[in-house]
Amino acid sequence: MATTTPPALSAGRGPEPPVPAAPAAKGRPRRSGRLAPYGFVAPFFVLFAAFGLFPLLYTAYVSLHRVELQTADRMDWLGLQNYTRLLDDPFFWKALGNTFTIGVLSTVPQLLMALGLAHLLNYRLRGRTFFRVAMLLPYATSVAAATLVFAQLFGRDYGLINWVLSSVGLHPVDWQAETWASQVGVSTIVTWRWTGYNALIYLAGMQAIPGELYESAAMDGANRWQQFRHVTIPGLRPTIVFTVVVSTIGATQLFGEPLLYEGSSRGGISHQYQTLGLYLYEQGWSFFHLGRAAAVAWVMFLLIVVLALLNAAIAARRNRTDR
Amino acid sequence: MRPFRTRRTATAAAATVLATGLLVTGCGSGGGSADAAGGKVTLTVDLFGTFGFKEAGLYEEYTQLHPNVTIKQTDTQDEGQYWQTLQTKLAGGGGLADIQGLEVGRVASVVRNQADKFTDLGSLGIGGVNDGLVPWKGAAVKTADGKVLGAGTDIGPEAICFRTDLFKAAGLPTDRAELAAKWSTWQGYLELGRSYVGKAQPGNAWTDSAAGMFTAEVGQQKVRYADEGGKAVHDSNPAVKNAWQDSVTLVTDGLSAKLPQWTPEWNKAFTTGKFATLSCPAWMIGYIKGQAGQAASGTWDVAPGPGRTGNWGGSYLTVPKTAKHPKEAAQLIAWLTAKEQQAKLFTKQGSFPSSTGAQAEIKSVTDPYFNNAPIGEIFSESAANMPAQVLGTEDGVIGKAFTDALGEVERTGTAPATAWQHALDNIKKAAGN
Repeated sequence: MATTTPPALSAGRGPEPPVPAAPAAKGRPRRSGRLAPYGFVAPFFVLFAAFGLFPLLYTAYVSLHRVELQTADRMDWLGLQNYTRLLDDPFFWKALGNTFTIGVLSTVPQLLMALGLAHLLNYRLRGRTFFRVAMLLPYATSVAAATLVFAQLFGRDYGLINWVLSSVGLHPVDWQAETWASQVGVSTIVTWRWTGYNALIYLAGMQAIPGELYESAAMDGANRWQQFRHVTIPGLRPTIVFTVVVSTIGATQLFGEPLLYEGSSRGGISHQYQTLGLYLYEQGWSFFHLGRAAAVAWVMFLLIVVLALLNAAIAARRNRTDR
Repeated sequence: MRPFRTRRTATAAAATVLATGLLVTGCGSGGGSADAAGGKVTLTVDLFGTFGFKEAGLYEEYTQLHPNVTIKQTDTQDEGQYWQTLQTKLAGGGGLADIQGLEVGRVASVVRNQADKFTDLGSLGIGGVNDGLVPWKGAAVKTADGKVLGAGTDIGPEAICFRTDLFKAAGLPTDRAELAAKWSTWQGYLELGRSYVGKAQPGNAWTDSAAGMFTAEVGQQKVRYADEGGKAVHDSNPAVKNAWQDSVTLVTDGLSAKLPQWTPEWNKAFTTGKFATLSCPAWMIGYIKGQAGQAASGTWDVAPGPGRTGNWGGSYLTVPKTAKHPKEAAQLIAWLTAKEQQAKLFTKQGSFPSSTGAQAEIKSVTDPYFNNAPIGEIFSESAANMPAQVLGTEDGVIGKAFTDALGEVERTGTAPATAWQHALDNIKKAAGN
């Protein structure tokens, strides 16, 4: 074993893991064969180190200092003060709460609608390629364009939605100043943009479910709805877990829509739809407190890690109870 | 051998192309003044609100005088957003124009914290650019060691703009002198507002927002948010509290159209008649013309406002350190802020000159768009009584926090005391360390 291992690789690394048995004559190709995968994955890790890991660690370093944008070359050591200040800031807690409520308001209807749409698209429809491509159009639209259009629709005095409301005799709603109305407004944009995207993911998952399952279910007398509940949903479970995780991360980082909804980093007149992402931006680029913004960034990062672990734990638990 | 050879030739060719490219671009961007003597220069100008240079035809005139110069202007309506972008660019050191506008509320902050990011106009040969201006205008932009960081453009003497058609429909007088007498105090202004709302069409408010009234009223004070020693007094200054109280009354009496200033909704309301009066610093004249358009000509008028004085805004033109053509930029801002141009700008756009020479020239100007109102006389009188404001480093931030909090009162019905506390919290969050 030891003779086939090139010394350069084993130096200082303790015992080698067992290598699958191979004829000694093929020693040379195996060496490059063992290095090649590292070569192929290296670009990602190099880029990740440069643009992912380094900024992450540097952000942690910055978050322990007082740094102001106007005098960004000066750093004063603060320790954990930026973090403790966050806990004292009612606007931080408000942003955290808003991120949660907007996340629920946008993710839940979005995924349910995506599931329904995918189910419909899974039927033999005339022109279904057209419908499938159309699903992706909102996703392809830029956040800025979509939000600007929606902000017009939701306008208090001249918006289309209020015009419709008042023409059927309902009270017009201030879609930007009221807490729930504005959160629904922002969530609508998110839902509009991402529903089709998730629907296509569900559709791909549905097409992997064997047709025989449906056939036998039909033979057993299950109607469409029962087939959906007892064949489609269980078959889609891994896909659903995936979309829930991705959507949760997306909702935690929600930024563009609330920023452009009224065009201010405050997230509404009384911060009523300021998300964590927007709170970070406000600290950094409205108030120019880069140190505090960095602390928010790290809190968000940890929050996402916790949420992802939580999601994974719930999914694992469900899988176990099902079997 | 052959493939190797070709490869080497190709490498050599590529190197040549690259080197030539570097030389060419090097020539293009190198030393502004050297190639500008005979060549073309494009000056970029980045502003906020409506400075009115373009609208008044000043760029056109300048490029005719200097055929080698082309001027490109970009514009952000909301000064808050403009300032935010400017700070990001200053920190990053890129993306700045040759000339950047600066609002008076930000000047103290720049002079004290960021003097090294702007070119001393003295070093560009126009150190005396502010000499003919009202003294405080130039003093505000001078550093302790004598650097001149900007050239003063306009100042913001206050008045009230009003819609004669809406006033007539509600049975209110439209005579300027009569109105000025009725609203000689802010209490009188509120009183007339109440009688207007009683008679006007529903949904037709007295004024656009509490923010406009608050800013105008605070603008009449010498000391606002910081005292002469630089100490923050925004939370203890009775004048600020009074202005807050009056603005809250405006909201609770239903006189505000609840339109946040500088938003698209606000802009639209200039044509639809959602409000009948507007706190009107001189530069607002140009803004109204731009938003309401030629169709609304003759429906607006101007009268002396409560207190008959006050200063709201006014700006400077600066040359950032990263400007590509600092020499040419300096020539342009010296020309734009010269007495003659300031006078032209007032006649066409209403931006009130800070140059005393221009002030003497424009006294008799009337504006046909505003029912031939004697705007020269009205704003001159307002400017004559204007206090020399004490400027604090956080003026912009504090003013915005208060007007935001008033927006909360008018749009979400937040209790005024709670909103006041929000404003103080926001100021602490924004300014404090």
